[in-house]
Amino acid sequence: MSLLSQIIQFLFTGLTIGSIYAMVGLGFNIIYNATGIINFAQGEFVMLGGMVMVWLTTAFNLPLPAGFLLSVLIVTCIGAAFERLAIFPLKKPPVLILIIITLAGSIIFKGAAMLLWGKQTYSLPHFSGEEPLHLLGATILPQALWIIGILMAVVALLAFFFNFTIPGKAMRACSVNPVAASLVGINVKRIVLLSFAMSAGIGAAAGIAFTPIVLMEFDRGALLGLKGFCAAVLGGLGNGTGAVIAGLLIGVLESFGAGFISSEYKDAIALGVLLIVLLVRPSGLMGSREAARLKEF
Amino acid sequence: MAFRRHLPIMLFGCAAAVLPLALKDPYYLGILVFIGIFSIATMGLNLLMGYAGQISLGHAAFYALGAYATGILTAKYNVHFLPALAAAIIVTAGIAYVIGMACLRLKGHYLAVATLAAGEIVFICLNASVGFTGGPSGLAGIPSIEIGGFSFDSDFKFYYLVWAVFILLFILTANIINSRTGRALRCLHSSEVAAAAMGINVTTLKVQIFVLSAVYAALAGVLYGHSVTFISPQASDLMFSVKLLTMIVVGGMGHLWGGVLGAALLTLLPEALSAFHDYELIIYGSILLVIVMFLPGGLMRGFETLYVTILKKVRGRG
Repeated sequence: MSLLSQIIQFLFTGLTIGSIYAMVGLGFNIIYNATGIINFAQGEFVMLGGMVMVWLTTAFNLPLPAGFLLSVLIVTCIGAAFERLAIFPLKKPPVLILIIITLAGSIIFKGAAMLLWGKQTYSLPHFSGEEPLHLLGATILPQALWIIGILMAVVALLAFFFNFTIPGKAMRACSVNPVAASLVGINVKRIVLLSFAMSAGIGAAAGIAFTPIVLMEFDRGALLGLKGFCAAVLGGLGNGTGAVIAGLLIGVLESFGAGFISSEYKDAIALGVLLIVLLVRPSGLMGSREAARLKEF
Repeated sequence: MAFRRHLPIMLFGCAAAVLPLALKDPYYLGILVFIGIFSIATMGLNLLMGYAGQISLGHAAFYALGAYATGILTAKYNVHFLPALAAAIIVTAGIAYVIGMACLRLKGHYLAVATLAAGEIVFICLNASVGFTGGPSGLAGIPSIEIGGFSFDSDFKFYYLVWAVFILLFILTANIINSRTGRALRCLHSSEVAAAAMGINVTTLKVQIFVLSAVYAALAGVLYGHSVTFISPQASDLMFSVKLLTMIVVGGMGHLWGGVLGAALLTLLPEALSAFHDYELIIYGSILLVIVMFLPGGLMRGFETLYVTILKKVRGRG
């Protein structure tokens, strides 16, 4: 394989994984903007999406589109239920408590998945065949295009939601100032519920699209979540565009690192990037420093 | 004054000293050794979380680093235990210092994620450097601890070693908490700005306490490695950090005995429930969630509140 085709190969692999990180990062941002919480259970939604989809398609023989929609719906409900049961009942909890709660939630999801589906890995059929496309000597799976396409669809839907719908605008208002938002008649508690449901749904979509390529098992969530968080922080926490660009960037970086340096340490690359960003520029690439200084980290 | 303050731990020490003589079954002795080891690790983490109010989701990394350091030195290079121990403490403290300098400028959520990422990097490195650590299959054949020709080669001897270390560290920790530093830590917990305004060097203090708690974890790791003669990267994964955290939360954050109570309960729980292994994750998650939501002070504070309420009722009636 020539160097050029290698580079194209790594680039596409990176963009594919990066799309997943970007979607997880978007999920982090939606909850963070509405509540100021970093949801440690975010990665578990990705895992749940993949697992529920496997379960629906194998146990009930659901066709792909129906299975996709139903899985996203189920995980969305799980996200909403989590908010109602664990976050909603608390009045103004300190950060330490919130961290422990979402962490506990992530362990419960993981444990439940292990009980329901065991410890084995599951696969899904590719959305549209496994016949690879060839581009300058590099092979690209159609599934990779699906994943990138789903990311673009999610971004388009979110852009529409935040700019042209009332709940979307209300959510933006909450992220600027929850007290002022409630003064103009926005039900902040409901926006928080909506944010958990939405980010669970986005995570689930990412998980379903990702499963055919990488397989899925009960303990995949934590690392995916952590890398999605890397994307959110690198892009500037709370900044949607930033998360997408940063997610793709981390994916590409990881793919080139695995290809040219060492595949064993590839997981450490994203985490190293995270640590460096947190130390050098906690506001991220696209976040403003002034705004970051005002936030309660 | 000092004597009264240390009275509970002295009584506890006496009880711990006679307990093995009453226990015939070596199985229970083994469990008590583990409770001691986890109590040491949680004591350090409690100092950081309960008193200084800083969260760490990467403490398992220090635990594993301690175990690996003395394990590799004694098993592979035939170094004596005490120099190996010194090396383990220096290495872990050094790494903790670097991580602490880096992470403790951050607060709340960011600190949690940064320590989590640091711990995960250690986990990946322990897995990947196969030649040195044995990789995912772990490091076997760690010899028993030998100090000055005396070998702690049975559970019985090891029990006394672990609990002696525990009691020494407990007295040390209690002294720290009741000193000027301890008051500074509690001040830091309530408000960093206020602490800084009172002339406390916030960053230095946070890093110092982080390094100290990492050393506690490393000591526990060393004891663990030599007691089971085996260590694998599993000991440094996120789940173990969460277990330590759960022990503290259950027992009571910011309560020295709370960590011991939590360590004891969560070590006994899997032994009591035979089907525990399948439900391990769900049980840990649920305990953590329920305690944090309904009893944020943990069991120790819960007992105290209960005691005070009963006392009031009894007095009110009388």
